[in-house]
Amino acid sequence: MKEEIIIAGFGGQGVLSMGKILAYSGVMQDMEVSWMPSYGPEMRGGTANVTVILSKERISSPILHEFDTAIILNQQSLDKFESQVKPGGTLIYDGNGITHHPSRKDINIYRIDATEEAAKMRSSKTFNMIVLGGYLKIKPLVEIENVIKGLKKSLPDRHHHLIPMNQKAIERGMGIVQTLQEKVQA
Amino acid sequence: MRELKLMKGNEAIAEAAIRCGVDGYFGYPITPQSEIMETLMAEAPWNTTGMVVLQAESEIASINMVYGGAGCGKRVMTSSSSPGISLMQEGLTYLAGSELPCVVVNVVRGGPGLGTIQPAQSDYFQTVKGGGHGDYKLITLAPASVQEMADFVEVAFDLAFKYRNPAMILSDGVIGQMMEKVELGEQKPRWTMEYIEKNHPWATTGKKKGKERRVITSVQLESSAQEEFNHKLQAKYRQIEKDEVLYEKIMCDDAEYLFVAYGSSARICQKAIELARNKGIKAGMLRPITLYPFPIQQLQELAKQVKGMLSVEMSAGQMVEDVRLAVNGKIPVEHYGRFGGSVHSPSEVVEALEQKLIGG
Repeated sequence: MKEEIIIAGFGGQGVLSMGKILAYSGVMQDMEVSWMPSYGPEMRGGTANVTVILSKERISSPILHEFDTAIILNQQSLDKFESQVKPGGTLIYDGNGITHHPSRKDINIYRIDATEEAAKMRSSKTFNMIVLGGYLKIKPLVEIENVIKGLKKSLPDRHHHLIPMNQKAIERGMGIVQTLQEKVQA
Repeated sequence: MRELKLMKGNEAIAEAAIRCGVDGYFGYPITPQSEIMETLMAEAPWNTTGMVVLQAESEIASINMVYGGAGCGKRVMTSSSSPGISLMQEGLTYLAGSELPCVVVNVVRGGPGLGTIQPAQSDYFQTVKGGGHGDYKLITLAPASVQEMADFVEVAFDLAFKYRNPAMILSDGVIGQMMEKVELGEQKPRWTMEYIEKNHPWATTGKKKGKERRVITSVQLESSAQEEFNHKLQAKYRQIEKDEVLYEKIMCDDAEYLFVAYGSSARICQKAIELARNKGIKAGMLRPITLYPFPIQQLQELAKQVKGMLSVEMSAGQMVEDVRLAVNGKIPVEHYGRFGGSVHSPSEVVEALEQKLIGG
């Protein structure tokens, strides 16, 4: 089992921390993991992205230009990374602010309106956990109990009271993710 | 079982430094390695082990604080990224000339000049060919994972003290910024004064009555004395070259083509090996773990087996010169690498192998 993921969006959407929680969940499930962020000026208000790899075997390159799954949270990232999903791979995107929707026919495509859902939940900070929930529904590679353990490891102790709210957001994300195009073979 | 943590390479360096009982860290912030000092400041080891952590006023001050601490037989270190390391070159040659042990971490970014904050491997020449003036060498370790970032801190200190010579951990923005699982060692105590007195009789720990004065200096005004000292240094370097080469061979047994790569490029090449083998190309890799001393013999051996070598490095071609010297014209040796802050992809590496060595 090896899953190579790119998560991309705006700085401030929680892209890097979502990647970290996913990676830590993998650690809790005894997987090899890597987390490679874009760093520097682009993180500060521009685009942010992180490559996360979950694997049962030793991970070779942490830097990739092709992904099993792309989790896309804005138009710029969709424009950049849609072409980098492997044929037969998976693309999950938040429809908020998207005017040019994904058009590839050789990948599985899912939509999760997490921005809208976070607003409904009156908690914009849980946005990234709603997205993570959507991802976990489609790719249940890590068990939810390990995700919660991953959350505990990723958050400083003073934020541990927020874990139930984050868990709720993950569950909500699992509920609202929509299938647009599925069972595509490479 | 010890605890597994998910950590950035930079954070792992800091945690490992505390745990292996380092006495002092002196540094000045610069991307992409600022997490080293940030982590040390957050961990506040002065409350636990007594380790000193100090933000100096500049990189030049940092390396000279290292000189002072090292002269007292203390295990001291600094870290920076390329432009900051350039500023430290005078200090490094003085440390080497005074035979002082210390550890310096360079998390390399793209140059020249202020360059970019993105990863690069273009400080190879500066590190292994000198950088500062005079005939000196830096023992150089090149970690390729977060675990090695942690492990090499103690390895570097051990080598530095064994040979009384500065040691460099040559990393890059990828290994510094990425997170992986890491298992940290147990907390070890810092060296006591008694230990330093017993094991490092050169250290200036305060002149005792009736004992000879110890002088740490790199100045010898008599040229004959300086020549003699240089012979001593060279003998030390020959010993290091004989005894301390570290490398890793990956898929070399049946390899027809060899990647030579260190640090993050070695990780990228591991993936390139998978891609190449899927295409029926028998690729393998020699990963130098020590860049000085360089695995010359191992490359000479492999030159008898493979049809060509590709030195893959995020530079315009630096280590490739050492690979060519080792192979000495027996087989073709080419270079491939993106540079200036760009990182090559595994598939770009395979394409380069096909174009430059296999022919197509």
